[in-house]
Amino acid sequence: MATRNAQRKLLSICLRSKAQTKYQYNSSRNFSVTRSSLQSYSSPLPDSYYNEEQLQMQATIAKIIENDINPFVDEWETKEEFPAHQVFKKLGNAGLLGIDKSEEYGGLGLDFKYLAAVMEELGTIRCAGVPMAILVQMAMTCQALHRFGSDELKKEFLVPSISGDFVACVGVSEAGAGSDVANTQTRAVRKGDDLIINGQKMWITNSLQADWMCLLANTSDGNPYKNKSLICVPMNSKGITKQKIHKIGNNSSDTGIIFFEDVRVPAKNIIGEEGSGFFYQMLQFQEERMAGAVGVLKGIDAALSETIDYTRQRKAFGKSILDNQYVYFRLCELASENESLRALTYKAIDMFVDGQEVTRLASMAKLKAGRLAREVGDTCLQFWGGMGYTREAAISRFFRDARLLSIGGGADEIMLEIIAKLMNISPPPPPKKK
Amino acid sequence: MAMRALVGCKRVIDYAVKVRVKPDKTGVVIDGVKHSMNPFDEIAVEEAVRMKEKKLVSEIVAVSCGPAQCQETLRTAMAMGADKAIHVEIPAKEFELVQPIHIAKILAKLATDVKADVVILGKQAIDDDCNQTAQMTAAFLDWPQAVFAAKIEKDGDSLAVTREIDGGTETIKVNVPAVISADLRLNEPRYATLPNIMKAKKKPMEKKTAKDLGVDLTPRIQVISVEDPPVREAGQKVDDVDQLITKLKGLGRI
Repeated sequence: MATRNAQRKLLSICLRSKAQTKYQYNSSRNFSVTRSSLQSYSSPLPDSYYNEEQLQMQATIAKIIENDINPFVDEWETKEEFPAHQVFKKLGNAGLLGIDKSEEYGGLGLDFKYLAAVMEELGTIRCAGVPMAILVQMAMTCQALHRFGSDELKKEFLVPSISGDFVACVGVSEAGAGSDVANTQTRAVRKGDDLIINGQKMWITNSLQADWMCLLANTSDGNPYKNKSLICVPMNSKGITKQKIHKIGNNSSDTGIIFFEDVRVPAKNIIGEEGSGFFYQMLQFQEERMAGAVGVLKGIDAALSETIDYTRQRKAFGKSILDNQYVYFRLCELASENESLRALTYKAIDMFVDGQEVTRLASMAKLKAGRLAREVGDTCLQFWGGMGYTREAAISRFFRDARLLSIGGGADEIMLEIIAKLMNISPPPPPKKK
Repeated sequence: MAMRALVGCKRVIDYAVKVRVKPDKTGVVIDGVKHSMNPFDEIAVEEAVRMKEKKLVSEIVAVSCGPAQCQETLRTAMAMGADKAIHVEIPAKEFELVQPIHIAKILAKLATDVKADVVILGKQAIDDDCNQTAQMTAAFLDWPQAVFAAKIEKDGDSLAVTREIDGGTETIKVNVPAVISADLRLNEPRYATLPNIMKAKKKPMEKKTAKDLGVDLTPRIQVISVEDPPVREAGQKVDDVDQLITKLKGLGRI
């Protein structure tokens, strides 16, 4: 044990280079933030929840994060871009992008809990932009294609997305159709064997670097729930233009507005049945909600840990900030809330894997995750004081990034509407005008 | 040349964990603490897998001695590429007093039993830092040893091993069968990929006890007390060398 500290240093330098991220301000303030096991707060739940293989998968993704992602996050955040093809290829090589996809197309054919194990570990990435990009690729883009797409389409788009050669994006939201998906305006009109696409998609994660988009567009008029189709669109198609959106958080993730002007793709690029797009998209809502909840858990653990470390060493009025009862009581309250959220999310995942209906629990978990992440970001930043307001402090990034969770993937208000319906307390629909 | 390799995988407290001494000073806290494969053993496994990829090795047998959780460590070794595993179960309480000499006897017996041509071990474990097991194993087997390996290559029917020594490296030729210990710079271990993690589940794992192997684990040491290393005292800043010398003289250090 005598040489353990020296060895830890040597090992992190030589064996897993850049394992530690040092945050230095000046000689008097110098602290380092490292992997979860060194954190002042970590949850006891995951070890008993996940099985041996799931924990091993987490160990693999942890190593990739430590070596190939976390050391570069600051640089990517500043550049407002991360090298998606490079990072996804590494993840693809490790088999992380096709966990729930069938082996025939390069996946592993495992259930959602294996995916959840990896998504939870992605929360240790020191920003939210990169994990969001990875989540979109592995759990949101290819679900419908995998379930309903033709063999030909799967070979063209699914196989390279699983191997990490293709970056994928989902084109559902529009300027006037975010939560209100039924109001989609983008149109794909049949012309011979082709579709001609016109319209625009907004808030599209991964879109600036993507090789293809899973696009939701109206393929006919009439019933807004039955006129939409999901279409595989190569992003180098003629008539596509892109524009970057600058955001207050999730900076390293590229979010774009994509314009379609007479973009021509073969009609056989429609996934499954024409007109079933809205339905297909709805099928994956529960998975998206649980992904949102499970993905923030370790980010909250880290925010609490770093706040404990910082407030412990920061002195004011002759004692540590942490030694104020208000501060340590609040941190305990927030940790308790996060464990409750974790337990709820774990239960929802188990029930989902078991084939049960989880809309209520998944929506509650997503709502709680968004609300709690905001509360943790705000409270912890306050405890950091002026330092928390600087860009150098990790807590300020968490504060900015976490804000998205209440907006994306179904806003808090949508979750509340769904929960209200399932609790039978929604007001009656307005009377129809005669 | 297609050898059978026996690789040691010790389960230790993860290198990134802050080790804490138990309040009763009988040892360190291990319950609820993250454990993983000894990093030097990870390098040993990686080297065996690379030798297999170069067709120098035909089969890799991973072995771990200790409590039931060692099986997780062995699964990791198999996910990295070991073909099968042997778990020599030693209950946690008993394992506290097991020393390199016991492990070396177990490894020597297993190397003979599985007809290994090469035993590859980490040069030391990061918990007790003994750096003795490889050397003792070679002695019990009466095989040549090549410890602190930084490079292993085929040289006819033998192996050319580059060793890290004080002030540089030296290359020696060893006849097989031989015992090799892996140093830090031998290689960079791979990630266990997800498909391989799932495949490892199906690879065979044999369970044995020290008794099966005829090894007596009677402790040869008694732990009197385990203490934290002394805390570093706060330093002082000086303005220049003259002041430094004056201070050191005042403290009687020079």
